Amino acid sequence: MFLINCPYCGERDQSEFSCGGEAHIVRPKQPTELSDDQWAEYLFMRKNIKGVQFERWNHAHGCRKWFNMVRDTSNDKIHAVYKMGEKPPVE
Amino acid sequence: MKNKYSIFSLIKNAFSQHENWKQAWGDPEPKREYEAIIIGGGGHGLATAYYLAKKHNMRNIAVLEKGWIGGGNTGRNTTIIRSNYLWDASAGLYDHALKIWENLSQELNYNIMFSQRGVMNLAHNLQDVRDLKRRTHANRLNGIDAVWLNTDQVKEFCPIINTSPDIRYPVLGGTLQRRAGTARHDAVAWGYARGANEMGVDIIQNCEVKGIKRNGDQVEGVETSKGFIKTKKIGVVAAGHSSVIADMAGLKLPLESKPLQALVSEPVKPIIDTVVMSNAVHAYVSQSDKGELVIGAGTDAYVSYTQRGSHDVVEGTLKAILELYPIFSRMKMLRQWGGIVDICPDASPIISKTNIKGLYFNCGWGTGGFKATPGSGDLFAHTIANDEPHKLNAAFNLNRFVSGDLVDEHGAAAVAH
Repeated sequence: MFLINCPYCGERDQSEFSCGGEAHIVRPKQPTELSDDQWAEYLFMRKNIKGVQFERWNHAHGCRKWFNMVRDTSNDKIHAVYKMGEKPPVE
Repeated sequence: MKNKYSIFSLIKNAFSQHENWKQAWGDPEPKREYEAIIIGGGGHGLATAYYLAKKHNMRNIAVLEKGWIGGGNTGRNTTIIRSNYLWDASAGLYDHALKIWENLSQELNYNIMFSQRGVMNLAHNLQDVRDLKRRTHANRLNGIDAVWLNTDQVKEFCPIINTSPDIRYPVLGGTLQRRAGTARHDAVAWGYARGANEMGVDIIQNCEVKGIKRNGDQVEGVETSKGFIKTKKIGVVAAGHSSVIADMAGLKLPLESKPLQALVSEPVKPIIDTVVMSNAVHAYVSQSDKGELVIGAGTDAYVSYTQRGSHDVVEGTLKAILELYPIFSRMKMLRQWGGIVDICPDASPIISKTNIKGLYFNCGWGTGGFKATPGSGDLFAHTIANDEPHKLNAAFNLNRFVSGDLVDEHGAAAVAH
């Protein structure tokens, strides 16, 4: 449990948000060309990092907007919050 | 068995004030090379080592544990054992485990306090009723005992449940698996550790794996905090940390690791003699032999390795508990904890070879791995020893995420595990 600084609403309780998992997984441009292995990679395989991870969050019980977050999963410390479409910060 | 536990050994040791009991397993330094290495000294890992030694005659093996044995999810779960899963593959897997549980204390000569007190799953809405009735039929076709109880029968079986029709989620009935129950989780780890050690398995605690050495597509050994250990076969049973180990070998797994919480109350006199689970309101409760209520909550909805979990998750579970069991309203909770569970997209485990020779994974048990401990160990040992899966775990291969042949137990299982 932690506080999240929503880029649109400011600091709110984490329970107002829902997590959309790993960020920057790009939807395949040519889905019909994909092999089963590539589909599996896109749909199911996750980095599931212990440490600093990029992820998507949604302010479900607030502005309902999606944004990205950089969080350390080993201690839940948030390093950065940035809007969708913005470049991820380089650490 | 060298140090058989019995009424006679108990009496004999009573004369020396129980000060001369032999250590149940050794504390060796790792050898330079092993036939196989199991990463992770929880219940599943120790059971794997035990069956490798017992059934496949692989004695020159080691279990590496970064902390102490049974200190991870084995010691952090709510000890529920059942096999009432919907799909054939799952039913086969979990009932295989349940059949081993039934004789495990005798086999290990270690009292794991297995108690077939029954597990009841409640239905709170019409869809629950349909799903659970369908599941009892599926279970019975697979030879698994299951009965449907109406609201009055639920009340009769567990009188403290509030079956009033005017609660937020009224009890419309439930299923009961009488062979299901609980076991003492620590004793399971200890019993398997003792059994494995007696057959020559080295149990190496405080030994963290730092890297996996590969030569092309064949594993060659593991880098650990106690130096390099050579081996041709590595079985990874690292639960929430499976992805971390996989990354060392350059593999990606379809897993997300999340904190799952549980809590226990102050001990009270016997009040609930079964296990009651409820999917819709996500609350389950049983009572330990010490008298504590053992309550399971849900997972946090984000990846985290913190072994804590959020307060609002516990709050939600306790709200449901209080609605269903008003008698618990003044109970005080003593302890709360979190374990890191590795969840698969289809909520079924992976007991599988990988495309790296000699590297095997047993993971993805998510929120419900304890119940499968003996079966999981047995089948994983078979997979490692023969380099191919047993027919009971063939469906639980890693390739199912490529082929699409998933074992979709999400929501189909009795509870969110």
